[in-house]
Amino acid sequence: MSKIIVVTSGKGGVGKTTSTAALGAALALQGHKVAVVDFDVGLRNLDLIMGAERRVVFDLINVAQGDAKLNQALIRDKRLPNLFLLPASQTRDKDALTEEGVESVIGELRNRFDFVICDSPAGIERGATLAMRFADAAVVVANPEVSSVRDSDRIIGLLDAKTRHAEKGGRMEKHLLLTRYDAGRAARGEMLSVKDVLEILSIPLLGIVPDNEEVLRASNLGSPIVLHNAGCPPARAYIDAAHRLCGADLPISVPSEQRSFFRKLLGRRAA
Amino acid sequence: MNLLGFLDRRATAPVARERLQILLAHERKSACQSDLIAILHKEVLNALSKHIPIDPEKVDVSMHRRDMISVLEIDIAIEPSVGEKLPERSALAGGF
Repeated sequence: MSKIIVVTSGKGGVGKTTSTAALGAALALQGHKVAVVDFDVGLRNLDLIMGAERRVVFDLINVAQGDAKLNQALIRDKRLPNLFLLPASQTRDKDALTEEGVESVIGELRNRFDFVICDSPAGIERGATLAMRFADAAVVVANPEVSSVRDSDRIIGLLDAKTRHAEKGGRMEKHLLLTRYDAGRAARGEMLSVKDVLEILSIPLLGIVPDNEEVLRASNLGSPIVLHNAGCPPARAYIDAAHRLCGADLPISVPSEQRSFFRKLLGRRAA
Repeated sequence: MNLLGFLDRRATAPVARERLQILLAHERKSACQSDLIAILHKEVLNALSKHIPIDPEKVDVSMHRRDMISVLEIDIAIEPSVGEKLPERSALAGGF
């Protein structure tokens, strides 16, 4: 039973691409066959975060338009043999994507993978609506910050109105992934807390990814965070989130600052 | 007192939370409405233009919510030349 998941947010820069790479790699580590698909036509970045930027030959649009076979465009990850990347085009514009083209590519991916994770572009335009169009579930990435929460609310509205699933009268499965969370600041009332964001958006929580310097290190190196340092707090958050996507009922821990500081010390010593 | 004031100033999250709750309550309502208003606008225009020439710019559909009732307002301006040919309100009323 394969599952198409869109990673979306409305607002840019909240961690969609980082989360797509991390969830994709975490699911692949758990033994699933996974494809991560970049829908950000013209501004692709998933290839860079995955460390595959020099291996891109064909892309999503080539496959959607029938100019290349899916096999020719898929890039197999060098670390995990069951993880694949379908990059976006860097030279074309977003209008080159059509609904029919996306539907056929998603259909083909569905036959071949356990999980297909679509990295949505920011915004609510064509690229974003096409990325969510054929999804079975959505991961809404938000930061504990007013503009991100507002845009997430808008995206949740679109997920309930514009997806194929919703149009058929189904209930779109939605999960909130709260990223760049600082438990210390939230405790001091300087940042929206998990409870605040959950009450406002009222969709179930998939995970809390703490704000952590390892995320930037991993992207510098072109490695999904869970492959870069599986023990660091954000990686553990993504690994748990991936288990929850598969239906595991794990308690969600709010990472505290003291704990993450302690872990940071341990991490440094180990390195 | 000073210390309390200092703490208050740093605890900005409750303000963020309240602003979001008010804003989103408003935006969620208007998001559902804007679709309905657009559909009504189109259909009113279609229906009218079968019978009289109408300038699309001069049809205004809006919805107002008050505490107890919602008012749907459809405002249609008609060209004076067309208006003269239409029966007066009293004539129409007499017909029913």
